[in-house]
Amino acid sequence: MILSWLPQDVSTFGPSIDSVLKLIIYVVGTAFVLAEGTLLAFVILYRRREGGRAAFVPGESLRQLAWVLIPVVIVAFLDVAIDVRAKPVWDLVKEQSPTPALTVKLEALQFGWEFTYPGPDGKFGTPNDLVQTTFLTVPAGQVIRLLMTSKDVIHSFYVPQLRLRQDIIPGREIPAWFEVTQPGKYEIACSQLCGNSHFAMKGILRVLTPEEYQQWVSQHWPKSGAGAGKSASSARSSASGTKG
Amino acid sequence: MAETKPQSAPSTDAHEKMGFWRQYIFSVDHKVIGKQYLFLGLFMGYVGVFLSYVFRWQLAWPGTAVPIWGKVTAPQYYELVTMHGTIMVFFVAMPVLLGAFGNFLIPLMVGARDMAFPRLNMASFWTILVGSVLLLISFFVPGGASHAGWTNYVPLSDASKYLPGNYWGGNLWLIALAIDFASVLMGGINFLTTAIAMRAPGMTIWRMPLFVWQELVASVLFMLSVGPLIAGVVMLLFDRMVGTGFFLPEKGADPLLWQHLFWFFGHPEVYVVAMPGLGIVQEILPVFARKSIFGYRMIVWAVIVAGILSFTVWAHHMFVSGMNPVLAEPFSATTIAISIPFAVMLFAMIATLWRGQITFSTPMLFALGALANFLLGGVTGIPLGTNASDIYLHDTYFVIAHFHNTLVPTAVIAGFGGIYYWFPKMFGRMMNETLGKLHFVFTWVGFNMVFVPLFLIGLGGGQRRIYMSSVYTFYKPLQPLHVIATIGLLVIIVGQIPFLLNFFLSMFRGAKAPANPWHANTLEWATDSPPPHENFHTIPTVVRGPYEYSVPGMEQDWAPQAAAVDAGAAQG
Repeated sequence: MILSWLPQDVSTFGPSIDSVLKLIIYVVGTAFVLAEGTLLAFVILYRRREGGRAAFVPGESLRQLAWVLIPVVIVAFLDVAIDVRAKPVWDLVKEQSPTPALTVKLEALQFGWEFTYPGPDGKFGTPNDLVQTTFLTVPAGQVIRLLMTSKDVIHSFYVPQLRLRQDIIPGREIPAWFEVTQPGKYEIACSQLCGNSHFAMKGILRVLTPEEYQQWVSQHWPKSGAGAGKSASSARSSASGTKG
Repeated sequence: MAETKPQSAPSTDAHEKMGFWRQYIFSVDHKVIGKQYLFLGLFMGYVGVFLSYVFRWQLAWPGTAVPIWGKVTAPQYYELVTMHGTIMVFFVAMPVLLGAFGNFLIPLMVGARDMAFPRLNMASFWTILVGSVLLLISFFVPGGASHAGWTNYVPLSDASKYLPGNYWGGNLWLIALAIDFASVLMGGINFLTTAIAMRAPGMTIWRMPLFVWQELVASVLFMLSVGPLIAGVVMLLFDRMVGTGFFLPEKGADPLLWQHLFWFFGHPEVYVVAMPGLGIVQEILPVFARKSIFGYRMIVWAVIVAGILSFTVWAHHMFVSGMNPVLAEPFSATTIAISIPFAVMLFAMIATLWRGQITFSTPMLFALGALANFLLGGVTGIPLGTNASDIYLHDTYFVIAHFHNTLVPTAVIAGFGGIYYWFPKMFGRMMNETLGKLHFVFTWVGFNMVFVPLFLIGLGGGQRRIYMSSVYTFYKPLQPLHVIATIGLLVIIVGQIPFLLNFFLSMFRGAKAPANPWHANTLEWATDSPPPHENFHTIPTVVRGPYEYSVPGMEQDWAPQAAAVDAGAAQG
């Protein structure tokens, strides 16, 4: 079916977005097929016949108008149903921010991505921050919070498999969050026209198992004094237990 | 019956003395101006199609040389898509639907001798011509035409360092747009004044054809929405040329302001284009089904309600823009609610066909094709207008496919239907039916071949404005769909050959058209084909509504709005 075109779905909120999309496609798909079917049936049934005469149905009385108004009332109900169904999902993805296990600062620029990890002390702006370009490495099964800024023009953080998209506006810090269910490599695409090389502004989201992630942390994160790195990262992994 | 004759309109006697230039080039006659708009719109339309041919070739077969053009570079790609959108919306859809059809038909349909302000009318055409020429010149300035996308988001379009070398292209884009808006405003003032103040005796507002109603609502929408964007365009021009910084964050501005200004205009603008297009369909359906339109008054109210609602939905273009996410909830609700008046209109149009006597003449084929695709365009707006699903679909090809399924059925498919339908009135000759049907099949099939695959690309996650899709692996399974779409475009282009042949040959060689070849009711058919200089030999008196077809007890199956056939227009 049409929905088999959707890419793999690997975020915790992805299935909710897909379910809203599916509901809408079923509802409007049915309405569409009925309307087009009626149109086609009328066109075939009421083609000109020799000596025939059309009916006079001006649709001015309420009795006649009911033929249009009743389907319209059904449309209105379906509209409300879609609103009601979509609201909690929008809430979840864009208005809530679950306690993150890891916060990463993202800076978008013409034409690349820069990710800053807080380092072992858990604070940004200290010498032990870790800066990575292009690759965003995160653990699976934990809430990741992004604080996104832009160095120049508007960009947009988009990972199809996460079903997540958020524009990034220069002069502001815009938050986003996600939690990935399956380890793997996913492409980060810029989805807001940002200049002549917009199409090539690709990043990579590397999602590791928690164990692999710890290994990556111990290999790459700067050490800030004995033991500090270890305790900070274990604090983070215990914090992940509190996620919603 | 006193003739309503505008003070400023030239008298009939002046007609005899006018030379070629006054009559055909610097004309104040709304019919000539309407045709001028039509030629301009068709020319710009084929320029826009050519641009889409080049970038669609690049999308289907990336990196290969495009016949006639050569290899497409990334800056060229962005130039092509930017200018395609700009030209099609502002320099094709508006001049054709408002400028050409609005100008030609409103005075004829309400029974007036000309527009209320003929000189202003002429000025509006020459103004948009200047805008069009400037926009075309921008292709040839150093750095080429604007690369910033047809929505021209700041700061990309603001500081020239972000699009190096694109300085004059960006400036001319803004100037051309401001001029275009000024032109449409002049037209709108004329449309409103003419339809409100210059109707023939008996032409009450509830006897006006739906096309006139839709042009009026479109004109009001345009007037009320364009002010903020004109201000935005001028501010942005100052930013670029003087360094003011109205939209630059480093100078204390918020770039989202541009998006609000653009879409506060941009969404009503969609209806400015869609409504006249639907109006054309609503004129054609009753004539070729020999049926009264279903629910005339209900449709008028639906148009008005849709027009009002269109001012409350603009931020649905900005759900993921970084605006306060709470705002996405009311804007999502209003957007989805707009399906209600449109459902009224579309269902009423379908109901019009019920128990009709349908003839599949070329205008009817285009009208039915437009209706069928506008339905698709309408329903696919719902997943985009719903905030949650828009997180995923925003800026993908799903959006492209959706808005082409709203704008092309109204501006292009209905527009072509309008050309076939009113050509006899415009040029006094009939068009060829066989060539017309050929044109319809190629255009309609080709159009669906382009845009049905694009829905699937969007669902697959393929985002728009990607010059080289091979950059992304998730794009790979979607690539064959781009090939189908491009072949569809080639089908459309081939289909334009019969149209252009038909259009120009019929203009000179077509069979002479009678005054009322389709046996239609509205006033434009009560006068000669083409109408004389001041439209009517004597101003008609209107005795009934526009859609009284197949009324029981009448011998013929139509009942003209005019009490008597105009003296000069003897043959039926």
